[in-house]
This record gives sequence, structure tokens and C-alpha cells, in this order.
Amino acid sequence: MRAADAFVKALEKEGVEVIFGIPGGAILEIYDALYDSNIRHITTRHEQGATHAADGYARASGKVGVAFATSGPGATNTVTGIANAYMDSSPIVVFTGQVARSLIGNDAFQEADITGITMPITKHNYLVTDPKSLLRIVKEAFHIASTGRPGPVLVDIPKDVSQADIEFEYPSKVELMGYKPKYDGHPMQIKRAAELIMKAERPIILAGGGVRISNAEKELTELAEAIPAFVVTTLMGKGSISEYHPLCLGFVGMHGSKYANYALSESDLIIAVGCRFSDRTTGNTAFFAPEAKIIHIDIDPAEIGKNVRVDVPIVGDAKKILAQLKKVIHYKQRKEWEDKVKDWREKFPLKYSKRGFKPQFVIEKACEFFPDAIITTEVGQNQMWSAQFFKVKYPRQFISSGGLGTMGFGFPAAMGAKVACPDKEVIDLAGDGSFLMNIQELATCVHYEIPVKIFIMNNGYLGMVRQWQQLFYKERYSATCIGCEKVSFENIAKGFGAIGITVEKPSEVMDAFKVVKENKDVPVVVDFKVDFQANVFPMVPPGKGLKDIIDGD
Amino acid sequence: MVIDMRFTIAVLVENKPGVLARVASLFRRRGFNIESLTVGTTEREDLSRMTIVVNGDEKVLEQVTKQLNKLIEVIKVSDVSKDSVERELCLIRVNSPPEKRGEIIELTNIFRGRIVDVARDSFIVEITGDEDKINAFIDLMRAYGIKEVARTGKVAMVRGGKQ
Ligand SMILES: Cc1ncc(C[n+]2csc(CCOP(=O)(O)OP(=O)(O)O)c2C)c(N)n1
Ligand SMILES: [Mg+2]
Repeated sequence: MRAADAFVKALEKEGVEVIFGIPGGAILEIYDALYDSNIRHITTRHEQGATHAADGYARASGKVGVAFATSGPGATNTVTGIANAYMDSSPIVVFTGQVARSLIGNDAFQEADITGITMPITKHNYLVTDPKSLLRIVKEAFHIASTGRPGPVLVDIPKDVSQADIEFEYPSKVELMGYKPKYDGHPMQIKRAAELIMKAERPIILAGGGVRISNAEKELTELAEAIPAFVVTTLMGKGSISEYHPLCLGFVGMHGSKYANYALSESDLIIAVGCRFSDRTTGNTAFFAPEAKIIHIDIDPAEIGKNVRVDVPIVGDAKKILAQLKKVIHYKQRKEWEDKVKDWREKFPLKYSKRGFKPQFVIEKACEFFPDAIITTEVGQNQMWSAQFFKVKYPRQFISSGGLGTMGFGFPAAMGAKVACPDKEVIDLAGDGSFLMNIQELATCVHYEIPVKIFIMNNGYLGMVRQWQQLFYKERYSATCIGCEKVSFENIAKGFGAIGITVEKPSEVMDAFKVVKENKDVPVVVDFKVDFQANVFPMVPPGKGLKDIIDGD
Repeated sequence: MVIDMRFTIAVLVENKPGVLARVASLFRRRGFNIESLTVGTTEREDLSRMTIVVNGDEKVLEQVTKQLNKLIEVIKVSDVSKDSVERELCLIRVNSPPEKRGEIIELTNIFRGRIVDVARDSFIVEITGDEDKINAFIDLMRAYGIKEVARTGKVAMVRGGKQ
């Protein structure tokens, strides 16, 4: 059988439903084989869009996302999407075409050393040098991407490999000497953790993206109730527990609420689950939760002790460990702590000025109007406002580029999420700058009838950078004005064949939402011309501890 | 106080193309300092063994070990800094004017080295041993004028029955 045909058959065996990609010379053979397959292919308008879409698909569905690209520029265009998936531990497999084996190393037309380039940003990658190993590698790629701590895997397939003749023998299992993720937490450590929990007077759970990856939302909520402990989340951890749950204090860190940051800082026990203590979450680690003991549950041993000191490490799958922990602890009321947190909560709610047309208002209203929508965000102020004011109800509802902070992620990710969950409303809460970075995918959404909604908080600025210039660079606004308040996103949307709406004032917001809701089957872009002066607060200034969080004006 | 700390680790890896690049890439990206790195075959055809000398404190050692373990093709990482046999091989091209030849030969014998090449005015000396021994020998040779030194970097194995 032609290797390309065997390859496509292998993807079918892996249960691949959809591929995002763009064809080209080196991957033509594979696209030819795909012509006879039932797997859906969505031709994006840029390979970055394809990788982010695969990533969004993976985050929304829990399945592996798949992207295709040709050699050279096609392959290099996937780099940002791969790095983004790597930083947020998202399972995607990227297949790239490569020049024929005899040409590799000769600087052939459209040759790029994509396995060399992506080595530090993939969980693993392969250059297929022997057609006989192709199917084994496909099997391994899906296995590695989706197990343990998930991550992107790239497989580079030379053109003559895809043209070779091979037997179709798809391996039933994977044998990798050096890869055996550990799922069961050590019983001794679980016992020690339980002892700490029972002793604690001010326990708090810090939930990260690992909770979603492990599908452990139910177990996390149950443990929180059983202790009981308040829950704060990282940006990636939003959705680990319903944000309407009385124990949930929302997201923590640089732009988290004051009460969440105070509670984390003053706790005497942090139960960290599937998070990596990034600097955006901890602030200056020298001042991080000085009185707290730390239990760290993570599937990746390398995360334990990497950024903060840990008292009880538990390596394994969060879902299993949380369930086991719940069994060995019992309820203990901690009235003083509860009152204290309640007090902070009442005294320091998230707030913003209601004068003028504020982006926070748009997001707050979007949350009221579309409470069940899957939300993706771009990067910058829009992202932080979304994290603050869009309260999520269920797992996998909030999708955002955390580790890499990739502008341009939200829209193609929304496209992938919509493909994964066609019955859900999917909204990209965007910034003007970020949306422009992958705006070409509007063509894809219109062409394939993927009715994603894009709400642009159009402030005419690279707003988050402008905010830092205002606060820390003496208002010297170097290169951050992008003038998008003068751009008609309405007309651009119409030009692509989507619906475009412009909203100039708060009183028009609800009407626009109604139009969005009525147009279920069409992509809609809403351009909210919000006040450019709005800033994200509260904020932990760089170099400061979480307790030193400040308000704005 | 810890700046001068060093560790020797043995890394058992799959014998496949690209593995060395992966390990080197990891060290570069994470900012770990390699003092020396050797790769060679083992008792098993499908496995290679790297011996890496790393600068850094306990925390660095812990991260190096854990990050290496995450590489799919890495099978085992062990700290062989303590209680181990360490060996390195070194070739030294040293000036050997006729009146000094006797002395150099004598010193080479004391260090159980060998003269492996003799030219009109220089020798190549081969010497194996642990790092201190080789350093000491090189120091002695300086008096005659060293023209070239090539060291392999060390290999190491834990003593006794354990692996
Ligand atoms: C690809 C990329 N380039 C640059 C940055 C740096 N950056 C972070 S936020 C930001 C501004 C984003 O502007 P916009 O999308 O309009 O969002 P706003 O902050 O105005 O809401 C920039 C340039 C980035 N995160 N990603
Ligand atoms: Mg903006």
C-alpha cells in the first residue's frame, strides 16, 4: 500500500475526526490520500491558524488536535502554535511534509530543519527516515501527545517516504523504554498530605490547568467541600470549579482579585493541583505565602520544587489523587478563616468605573447574556478582563493562551473549539491588536460555515503594553497606538462574508448581543469601540509579592 | 559557597540519531552548564551511555535529572559523583629537546603513561586516570612547553556491585 494511504488509515484508526492544515508540494501525496478519506479537513488561511485551531479543538474536547503543513514555510509557520501548545500542555500532533530524503541537508527548495527548530518546544518530535517506521511513529506520536503531561508532537515526513510502498500493520500498543508516566500517587505522600490538611487552620486549594487535563473538576470540587477549603485558580485553572460555587474565589495572581490574592498569601496550607507556580501566579516568590506549607500534586515531577519550595510532593494523576485524598480527610469547620475571607470578599470586590464605555462592562454583560458559551480570549487587557469578569460554570469553558501569551491565539482557537462543540456558542473575547494577527481565518469560518463570534474590545491600542507604559514608563507611549478605533471591523467582516456590527455606547450592547444570538449559523464580528483609557486592576506590580496588590485610580 | 559544585551524571539513552542534539538542546535551553560530555556504546547495542559533568548546586542537579528524565529517549539518569571510578584519557604533545627526553620519559612512567608518538622535537604522551592525576601531569609537562592537549572528558561507574 502507498505509505500516504497507510498513514491516512492510521489516522482513522486513531479516531481523528478533523484536520486543520494547508497543502503544498512536500505533503501532496498525503493530501492525495486524504481525498479518499472521511476525515474532515479544514483548510485554514495560515498554518499558525491551523495549529491554534487544533489546540483549541484539543482544549475544548479533550481529544488530540491534528494539524498538517507542508515543508519549509508551511512548517515554520506552525512554530508559534506548537510553542503555545507546549507551554499550556495541550495535546496536538503536527504532521509536516519534508523534502525527499536524498535532498535533506542540501538546502533544497522549501527545506527547513523543522525537527531541529521545534526540538525545544515539542514534547517529542520525529523525522521519519524509514517508511517502515511510519505507522509505529504515528502510534507513538498520538500516545506521547495525549498521555502523562500532554504536549505537542511533530512528525516530519519526507515526500519519498509518503510515496513508498509499505504493509499496513498498525501497532496495537506502544513500547517506549524511556516513557512510562506515573499515574498513582504514593500512598505515604497522600497520608502525609491528609495530615497537613487536618492540621491546617487556613487551607486553600490552588487549581491549575492540570485539573482540566485530568478531567478532575468533580473530584476537586468534592475535596474542596469535604475539607472545606476555598479554591483559587490560575488562568489555566479557570473552570476547575464553577465560579458560582461559594468556595471559589476566582483567579489569582498579577490581575486576580484582591481577596483571592490575600487568601492565598495568608493561608497556612496550599494544596496546589496541576499548576506550575508561574511568575504570573506567584508574584515575587520571596514573598509568596510566607506561612503556608505546600502540597503539590502534579503529573510532571520536574514541576515539583522548580519555582517554589514544596513540603509534600505527590506525583501522579490529579483525578485519582484528589479522590483518594477525599477519602482520608474529614470535615472540620474553620470559622475564623471563613469569616476573614468573607470579609475580604465584601470589602474588596472587583470593580471598575462605570463612566463612559468600558470594556469590563461589555464582558460582564456578555457573561450575563451568554453564560453557557465557550470563551476563548486573545492576549492583553482583553484577556485579563475576560478572566476577571466572565464567570465560568463548567470545565473546558474558558480557553486562553497562558504560558506563551500568544496574541492571535483566541480566534483560531475559537474556530477549533466550535468544530469540536458545534452545539455550543463559541465567543472569542478579543483585542483589536490580537484579532488582526489571525484575522484571515474569517475566510475559513465563512467558507466552512463555522459560526464563531468575535467581540473586539477595540481600544485602538496595544492596550496592555500601553498600560505598562503609563504605569512604569512615565507615560511615554512608544509604538503602542495602532489606531484601530478608525478601522471598520464591521466592513472587514462584511467583506469576508460575515456579519459585522459596530457598537459605540453601552446602551447598544444588548441589541448587538441579540443580533449575535439570532444569527446562530453565521460568524459575527462585533466591534466595541470602548474607552482607550481603561486599565486592568487590581494589579501586583512587577517584583512585588501578591499581598502588595494595588488598585487603580 | 556552592558555585564550585560539580556533579557527574550517567545517562542511559536509546542509541538513535538526534539524541545527543536533544540532550545538548535541553542543557542550553535550561541554562545548565556542561563541563564535559562523553558518549559511547554500552553492553547493549540499542543503548548508549553519556557521562556528563555539570556545574551547579543540588537544585540544578535535581532539575537536570528531572528534565533529562522527561526526554522520551532517556532511559535512566544516575548521579555517579560519589563512590565511583572515574577515568579520562588525555593526549599531550610536548616539546622534547634531546636533553629533556630522559626526564619526560621518566615522568611518563611514574604516571603510568605511554609515549605514543616520537617526532624530532616532540612527543605525544598518552595518559589515563582521574581528573586530578591528569591535571597534575599536565602541570608537570608545562615546564617543557606543551604544544597541544586533547582530553576525552570523563567516564564514570559506581563502585561495588550496585548499578
Ligand atoms: C504575538 C505577540 N506579540 C506581542 C505580544 C506583546 N503584547 C502583549 S499584550 C499586547 C497588546 C495586545 O493588544 P490588543 O490585542 O489590542 O489587546 P488589549 O491589551 O488592547 O486589550 C502585546 C503587544 C504578545 N503577547 N504576543
Ligand atoms: Mg487593544
